[in-house]
Amino acid sequence: MKKLNTYENLKKLIGSHYMQGKTAHFFNQKVGWVSSGAPVELLRPFDVITLYPENHASICGAAKQGSEFCEVAEAEGFSRDLCSYFRCDRGSTLLGTSPIGGLPRPDFLFGCNNICGTILKWYEIASRHYDVPFLFVDTPFVHTAITDHAVEYVTAQLQQAVESLESLTGREFDEQKFVRTLELSKKCVELWTRTLEFGAYKPSPLTCFDAFTQMAAIVSLRGTQEAVTHYMTLNQELESRVQKGIAAVENENIRLLWDNIPVWYAMRGLSELFEKYHACLVADTYTNAWASAALDTGNPMESLARNYLEIYLNISMDLMLERIVALIHRFDVDGMVMHSNRSCKPYSLGQYDLARCIKEETGIPVVIIEADMVDSRVYAEEQMRTRIEAFLESLGE
Amino acid sequence: MWCGIDIGAATAKLVLFENMVVSSTVIPSGFDTVKTAEELMERGVEKAGIHRRDIRGIVATGYGRNMVPMADRTVTEITCHARGAHYLDSQVRTIIDIGGQDSKAISLDASGKVKDFVMNDRCAAGTGRFLEVMARALEVELDELGDLSLRCRENVTISSTCTVFAESEVISYKNQGKKKEDIIAGVHEAIASRVLAMVHQIPIKEKIMVTGGVALNAGMIHALERKVEKEVEIPEDPQVVGALGAALLAKES
Repeated sequence: MKKLNTYENLKKLIGSHYMQGKTAHFFNQKVGWVSSGAPVELLRPFDVITLYPENHASICGAAKQGSEFCEVAEAEGFSRDLCSYFRCDRGSTLLGTSPIGGLPRPDFLFGCNNICGTILKWYEIASRHYDVPFLFVDTPFVHTAITDHAVEYVTAQLQQAVESLESLTGREFDEQKFVRTLELSKKCVELWTRTLEFGAYKPSPLTCFDAFTQMAAIVSLRGTQEAVTHYMTLNQELESRVQKGIAAVENENIRLLWDNIPVWYAMRGLSELFEKYHACLVADTYTNAWASAALDTGNPMESLARNYLEIYLNISMDLMLERIVALIHRFDVDGMVMHSNRSCKPYSLGQYDLARCIKEETGIPVVIIEADMVDSRVYAEEQMRTRIEAFLESLGE
Repeated sequence: MWCGIDIGAATAKLVLFENMVVSSTVIPSGFDTVKTAEELMERGVEKAGIHRRDIRGIVATGYGRNMVPMADRTVTEITCHARGAHYLDSQVRTIIDIGGQDSKAISLDASGKVKDFVMNDRCAAGTGRFLEVMARALEVELDELGDLSLRCRENVTISSTCTVFAESEVISYKNQGKKKEDIIAGVHEAIASRVLAMVHQIPIKEKIMVTGGVALNAGMIHALERKVEKEVEIPEDPQVVGALGAALLAKES
């Protein structure tokens, strides 16, 4: 797979993001731990440093330290069936270490249950551990469509969170800064959407493995100028690849859609395996979860509420299916690879039914592989290889 | 002459093909896969009465496929089973393969192309390993299980999903004085329902062919047929269907 030059940019960007976290207390800045589905835009006007335990756990996973940290959490009594991001974070907290020297101590926590219920318990545990407040936004599950009541309910909580943040930081909420943040966030999401849309080109100039790496900025730096600048550079590189006819996977002849969080510790092996068969994973449901926002700066709070309500993992299987089918058509894929992620229930529950519906509705074949995002103890490389190879052989025939 | 080598978890298989199957050889998979492949090749060549240089292409398959030094290329057992089964009977649309350490179901189209497949490679229940464990617990030879179970009078239910706990269950039946043949029939029933739960993830269309070493067990097939409520076809030599497919693919490439 051809490495994107912008990868170096990203490394610097994320490096300095964590460095800011490390030096925050020295500069009297507050550190907030934020869940990936939380409306971070609300925090930016307070000039707090935001860090993402989920992103940190993925770094631990990619560095192949995930299982070791998980075991520490298990020794404390947490079940092996719990989320491996949580276990990894907990283990890293207890050991006080990680590939980046541990996540800096938080002054507060900000989480939202739109990605899973685990966040609530995870952050409660962290809140007790560090003895810091936990601001929580409850987002009702979207069964068919977002209800007005749900929007009102979430909007009210966002307003409440603003008050809590005011007393926590001793600063007043700056409306103007908030609107500017939303504008930047909107811009960032648009650029990120554009990045992912490049996968529709044939051949595609990027694979979902690129997206998995590049997503770090949309997750952690949404609503900042740095993220906007980064994605502009990235899109320029992708644009030039398209113009020069440079493919991410040479002689691309199979186009695939990936579902679920990546297998962080096996990214390289997996990407090489697909490449060997000239198969390109041109899109995925995971990174596309950050590409759907339609923020309205004219009606900031309500629009924020709507946006965070319809997060991919907060919608019913029927709605998920609609989005998947749309991706299948938009990216014109030949097949789908579903990662049944052992410890991520909201993402993995229902995959077998989804797979059946997808086959019926679109006629494309689906293969389900079993692994975990961070805990490599459940990963059987040879079995995984056979399944994927058999799938690719059948597509290549 | 074309050659297919299938190195499975329990046994290694070789098929030599020239317009028809010339010879097939089955030996236990040793620890050293390279050595197993060598031995397999020597025996196969000897059995067919040919020279090694007569072989024009070799495809390796099975879990040991990447450790076969003489192979020209490797193909997964899913594709090979499909190819082999389609050659034996072009009417086959579903293959149920129960091997030593995994089981799989493959759905084929009329041209023999793989349409869909499911695999159980996570749990020993539903594989040949389950039978091996039970045979040991019941002090019966593996190849006696089938005939014994057909003499079953009273059904015994094995409810545990896990091989290890199912063995405990078998031992407790033994201590209740249950008959061997009844317990064995229960074991077959248990495997059949595990396999069927997996097979149902793909559309089961006739004809159905059962391959893999476990297909040699008549009691097992009987249990499977009852569960699937359809007749299943057993090829003459169910163990070598994958190796046959590999040989055919060697010829095609």
